[in-house]
Amino acid sequence: MDTSKDMLIGLVAIVLGSIFTITFIAIESETGIIGLIALSGAAVVLASRTGISERISNAFSSNESMMNSAVLVAVLVIIFWFREDHFSLLMIATVMLYLTACLGLNIQLGYTGVVNFSGAAFFGIGCYTAAVLNQNTGLSPLIVLVIGGIMAALIGSILILPMLRTRGHYAAVVTIAFAILFKTFLEVNDTLGGAQGLKVPGMEILGWDFNSNIEIGDEIELSFYLNYVAIALVLSVLAFILMRRVERSWIGLNLDAVRLDETVAACFGISIKRWKVTAFTMGNFLIGMSGAVFAMMLGFIAPSNFAFSDSLMLLSIVLLGGMGSPWGTVVAAGLVILLPEKLQVIQEYRFLLFAVVVILILVFKPQGLLPRGLRAYIPGWRG
Amino acid sequence: MTKGHDKVLAFRGLTKRFGGVVALDHFDMEVDEGQIMGLIGPNGSGKTTSFNVLTGIYEATGGTIEFLGQDITNWTAQKVCEAGVARTFQRSRLCVELSIFDNIMIGNHQNLNHGLMYNIFQRKALKRDLQESFEQAKELMAIFNPPLAGRMMEPVRNFGMIDRRRIEICRALISHPRLLLLDEPSAGMTEDETRQLMDDILVVRDKIKGLSIILVEHEMGMIERVTDRCVVLNFGQKICEGAYREVASDKLVQEAYLGVE
Ligand SMILES: Nc1ncnc2c1ncn2[C@@H]1O[C@H](COP(=O)(O)OP(=O)(O)O)[C@@H](O)[C@H]1O
Ligand SMILES: [Mg+2]
Repeated sequence: MDTSKDMLIGLVAIVLGSIFTITFIAIESETGIIGLIALSGAAVVLASRTGISERISNAFSSNESMMNSAVLVAVLVIIFWFREDHFSLLMIATVMLYLTACLGLNIQLGYTGVVNFSGAAFFGIGCYTAAVLNQNTGLSPLIVLVIGGIMAALIGSILILPMLRTRGHYAAVVTIAFAILFKTFLEVNDTLGGAQGLKVPGMEILGWDFNSNIEIGDEIELSFYLNYVAIALVLSVLAFILMRRVERSWIGLNLDAVRLDETVAACFGISIKRWKVTAFTMGNFLIGMSGAVFAMMLGFIAPSNFAFSDSLMLLSIVLLGGMGSPWGTVVAAGLVILLPEKLQVIQEYRFLLFAVVVILILVFKPQGLLPRGLRAYIPGWRG
Repeated sequence: MTKGHDKVLAFRGLTKRFGGVVALDHFDMEVDEGQIMGLIGPNGSGKTTSFNVLTGIYEATGGTIEFLGQDITNWTAQKVCEAGVARTFQRSRLCVELSIFDNIMIGNHQNLNHGLMYNIFQRKALKRDLQESFEQAKELMAIFNPPLAGRMMEPVRNFGMIDRRRIEICRALISHPRLLLLDEPSAGMTEDETRQLMDDILVVRDKIKGLSIILVEHEMGMIERVTDRCVVLNFGQKICEGAYREVASDKLVQEAYLGVE
């Protein structure tokens, strides 16, 4: 009885959330944006004070598949709303691709405790793989994006070797070194376009050109970005499901054990190496795949897209959303990508702003915006 | 051979040095099947170190460890665990953010299927597996504290010291080890809790036939009541061995405990 009421509240929240998102993306005036942010902030505070946010989370835990489907429908509505608007669709697809990458990063950091300061570099590996393959081969873009993921995973598995031999923060230093090395390598490598970067031919699957607008009859012309939004949506949903299933399995338990206490984990037969490698590889695969799609969507990439500060931005999404919390990552990816796009004032100072946000989060709400709950294994399972 | 006299564990000349500190000095000890061995000695005498060397956390500087007839000296922690040694830690080391069930399942690692395909795609089989493991963990927990068995999905941080010890012991026992190492289980407990814990250990001995236990403990009442034999360490050296009564009346032991030179 109470659950059905919670579900209703949850569904209303999803509807309000979609209206908010549409307004947020559509609105042009900066004062309007600031007003919206103030409004949503007030709504969140109010919801947590009145216990509404708890009821929303109840709705998600008691009837997960239905609530998840409702969110998916809401996302489809938002996409449909902007069907003719290039710029908005580009933003939406960008959010989804960064979301996919950050879900991968969250498997590494949130579950396993492997700090990866070279997220943008692995994203870049996916981008450059797509650029080179699309220029030189006729491979199907779907294969290209998988190869983008594999390349990132492979290079990651070389990087993990020195990381396994060091403990704690030294492993993080290895990834910082790699992030800087990667960008410098691209800048001096002429076959990869040097500092100027590379053009990336768009996607084409079975004669369907992703880079032409979709015409239906004479009246309707849909933005070609809709193609990329579709593929980004599929990727992010798959990544979300993967992260969820990893958590809700014996593998997720192993990852938690490795993060929380390596000595105890080893004493009960858990291989620290195996699970760090698994999480790192899985995460980098997701990051590389999203990079490949990103490159094909933008049509042009340069080393400056893959700076150390971009890696920090990816990590700040994970921290802001909450370690090990897939929904948190969804919300945080939206905030961190969209806010600077909408508020030009921030644009210039965005890295400074992210740094401040990360510090505030670590001090005041270390579990993030939407903290991860206990492992449920199966939705609604109570033993 | 009669039961109870098969040798499970043997340290032979086991030595561990940390730089200049000799934490274990040619330590010899044997533990029989089904026996509860008390390991006592003043602070810093090497008790925890012997557990750490045995379980592969530290490498031995010298000597050998034989377990079930196999030389396991300097095996990795993982392999020692698979061979059948499980332990608790001096400072309780549970993952307090995880549920009781999760913590116990960490101990059950070697009996679970960790395949990538299995865990991510075969969710139905995993669910059955989960249900089975849950019943098993619950049953074990119920032996120690039935109310805890009804709260398996609560985070460990909700529970007090004695319950955490019990969870830790369940985590060690779930994989059916042949040898259980308990490192000062009564540390930080009230007298009453210590008594309950003593009963728990006796329950373990009665319920699990053939399990050998090494108990490190400062609480002499517990050693007296629970152990079959005792070994006394001082500065890494074994200074005495025997039944508790013999050991307690030994002059060297009394000196070690009183700090007399
Ligand atoms: N990791 C370590 N590094 C250096 N010295 C250690 C280490 N672990 C233990 N020791 C030393 O070894 C000796 C024995 O310690 P320990 O085994 O913990 O004693 P007990 O458990 O009997 O109180 C002590 O002198 C201690 O300082
Ligand atoms: Mg000790």
